[in-house]
Amino acid sequence: METLRFITCGSVDDGKSTLIGRLLFETKLIFEDQLEALKADSKKFGTQGERPDLALLVDGLQAEREQGITIDVAYRFFATSKRRFIVADTPGHEQYTRNMATGASTAEAAVLLIDARKGVLTQTKRHSRIAAMFGVRHIVLAVNKMDLVEWSQARFEEITGDYRQFAQALNFANVTAIPLSALEGHNVVDSAAPTMPWYHGPSLMQWLEVVPCGGRESAQPFTMPVQWVNRPNLNFRGFSGRIASGSIRPGDSVRISPSGVVSRAKEIVVWGGSVSAAGAGASVTLVLESEVDASRGDVITAADRPLEVADQFDAQIIWMSEHPLLPGRSYAAQIHSKAANVTITEIKHCLDINSGAHLAAKMLGLNEIATVNVSFDRPVTYAPYDDNRRLGAFILIDKLTHETVGAGLIHFALRRAANVHWQALEVTRAARAVLMGQQPRCLWFTGLSGSGKSTIANLLDKRLHAEGRHTYILDGDNVRHGLNRDLGFTEADRVENIRRIGEVAKLLVDAGLIVIVSFISPYRAERQLARDLFQPGEFVEIYVDTPLEECERRDVKGLYAKARRGELKNFTGIDSAYEVPEDPEIHLRTLDLDPVICVSRILGWLQP
Amino acid sequence: MNSMNVFSELEAESIEIFREVAATAARPVMLYSIGKDSSVMLRLAQKAFYPGPIPFPLLHIDTGWKFREMIAFRERIAEELGVELLRYTNPRGIAEGIGPFTHGSAYHTDVMKTEALKQALDLYGFDAAFGGARRDEEKSRAKERIFSFRAAGHRWEPKTQRPELWNLYNTRINPGESIRVFPLSNWTEADIWGYIQQEQIPIVPLYFAAPRPVVKRYGQWIMVDDERMPLEPGEVPEMRVVRFRTLGCYPLTAAIESSAATLAEIVAETLGANTSERQGRVIDHDGAGSMERKKQEGYF
Repeated sequence: METLRFITCGSVDDGKSTLIGRLLFETKLIFEDQLEALKADSKKFGTQGERPDLALLVDGLQAEREQGITIDVAYRFFATSKRRFIVADTPGHEQYTRNMATGASTAEAAVLLIDARKGVLTQTKRHSRIAAMFGVRHIVLAVNKMDLVEWSQARFEEITGDYRQFAQALNFANVTAIPLSALEGHNVVDSAAPTMPWYHGPSLMQWLEVVPCGGRESAQPFTMPVQWVNRPNLNFRGFSGRIASGSIRPGDSVRISPSGVVSRAKEIVVWGGSVSAAGAGASVTLVLESEVDASRGDVITAADRPLEVADQFDAQIIWMSEHPLLPGRSYAAQIHSKAANVTITEIKHCLDINSGAHLAAKMLGLNEIATVNVSFDRPVTYAPYDDNRRLGAFILIDKLTHETVGAGLIHFALRRAANVHWQALEVTRAARAVLMGQQPRCLWFTGLSGSGKSTIANLLDKRLHAEGRHTYILDGDNVRHGLNRDLGFTEADRVENIRRIGEVAKLLVDAGLIVIVSFISPYRAERQLARDLFQPGEFVEIYVDTPLEECERRDVKGLYAKARRGELKNFTGIDSAYEVPEDPEIHLRTLDLDPVICVSRILGWLQP
Repeated sequence: MNSMNVFSELEAESIEIFREVAATAARPVMLYSIGKDSSVMLRLAQKAFYPGPIPFPLLHIDTGWKFREMIAFRERIAEELGVELLRYTNPRGIAEGIGPFTHGSAYHTDVMKTEALKQALDLYGFDAAFGGARRDEEKSRAKERIFSFRAAGHRWEPKTQRPELWNLYNTRINPGESIRVFPLSNWTEADIWGYIQQEQIPIVPLYFAAPRPVVKRYGQWIMVDDERMPLEPGEVPEMRVVRFRTLGCYPLTAAIESSAATLAEIVAETLGANTSERQGRVIDHDGAGSMERKKQEGYF
């Protein structure tokens, strides 16, 4: 028996929870003791007077029951003699767009609820766009509350016409409209409700039982991301994973991606033995004929139908965090079984999910959807999302909190990776360092404005120079006059500012120099991004720790006074955050230390 | 998903979840409760890593009030499968003699299950723990993620759960944080029984109907498993043909009158049942939202 995963969209007022409650009730998935609890709950929270409020069967968390709204995604199960169903019940309000996206990500069909009195609303369109974006191909337009419009055929046809006109551009495989009443149970399980003799189509349940489900991946060439290398002893080495598309038999030629190495399937191991074939969706362990190297994150494909490999993509993303997405910031990412680091290099446009309009954007807030360029720090094997969800979807993870902050769908690869090869350098960085007689490093000063960074950096530069070291200072103010003069002080611009400085410092360190960088660099994530550019040990974070009150008291450049008067926006420490380094290599508390002592400390650290 | 029946699809998903944790967690553990869901989970774990052994230990939180047949079954399975089984009982509970009759079911569960579980996870430093919970069991579980994030102190915060899209699981955590993983999330009670029947998975005999000594309390059949159960005045244990749909601590789990003595009969009975399996759990009737509150405190 196959399983259909579907999502229900619509708001509380459209009767969504009531409809699911009705489906569970009618398929006998509600037990007597649950019905009794429901009756008690209905008296307390119900909105249906003396009748049991079926919606309460579905609204799980206490807060939701009290406020009468659905906040999270709830998964419900029911089955008929024909199919098994998993329903993702998701919230309707705009602030829960991400929850709906979560439900849609695994759904093959969507039940889109419409209140017959209200017709096609902005919300209906928003839900349709999200469903389309996440690859939901089959839509049923459930025109609910027909009882409140006198079971009117004209009203039903008016709504259906409106929706079809709108949905044309979204390329659903099929759209079916059904008039029903969840409250009364008309056209929900049984069709031909006597109240609507003019309707001759299927009931909702009948539609759910026959709508096409799955199967597309089965017809594609074989692919399987390697999830786990099974090596219990020296005599066995298998590659475990879940088949993302196609099928495999012993003897089939396979290719490991991205390495390109070719081998043959020798055995398909499952519990207790092996099988003669396995298809899409199965979790198996493949033994190959030759001793080839493959690890988690690689993909095994049919040898003659390899997948593409790239590191830069045009993708659509939905942002799920309260903290905005900033282009240039580094995020962790997971695409099938592969972990990587990514940056969004450009926001091409943001999508107005209500109107479908394309808007310009410099950053993305919670629930916003955009088309972007995304850059991975290593090549990944992929398929476009529209071809295969498992190989074209990725999530973005904050590197400090480890929260899931975004989700993305790959449209296509940008060809840049194929054309811009790294130039292999004849004179190596080690050779340059030897000629200069020093260990190249990046000494990264961070601290509040007026903390004494530049003073200490300049003194250090003089000392190193006097000792015959080759140095260079990158100073915040100076760089902003040239290289970064197009950048302001918003959070997004600060991120880009640090990214550029990091890259310049890296080139200079490659050239063999000791580079002294003196920037406020207020965000941990960007300092980490800069650190990640260097070899271990090359990057030295120096925290110039001067309390805000002291910096403000000194106010060498008069900037704090300006900021306090409101003439200077986004000033670090006043109305923009400074994130204190958690584990700097060198920590200088300037209240107790003279700049000359600070310099000695640094030299002592560098030349123990 | 051609040529895949309903169990192979569920099975493939659960196996994928097991492997994902084994590949990414530093120190995973499987919570083994001896019940039917644990039995299915154990079989799925074997399948996920075959022909290798299960690459993590099993942990049983022993409240001291499990049915005797459960403990005997636990020892037999651990030996037959050659798995590493850890047994943990809250030492405070032993020292203070905490039990369901003397201290009440709520306090007993809190100390001997919730507190004990947290102690054991901290003791061994487990950062990922598999549990057999299913979304169809109870309303608050319907919203549970497959990878359920726990803040330091094992707290479950409904508001900070990570969005879970596709089959992409975010397994990254900071020190002190942990993840509870539920490979059976999308299985229903009927699936569990159907799978046990298909796979001939061994389960505790208490699930099968047999004459057992019981007394009727609060309208439910409570089995008199050993001499620790104090009888009310006038209460006389009687032999009745009963079985258990769900197993927990023995005075807190009620038996049902049933003659289903084979897996086929149990499956038939489950499909035709008109009360939910948790009806036999005394703990769930403490009040609406009681499971949600227990979860926030660290109960599974």
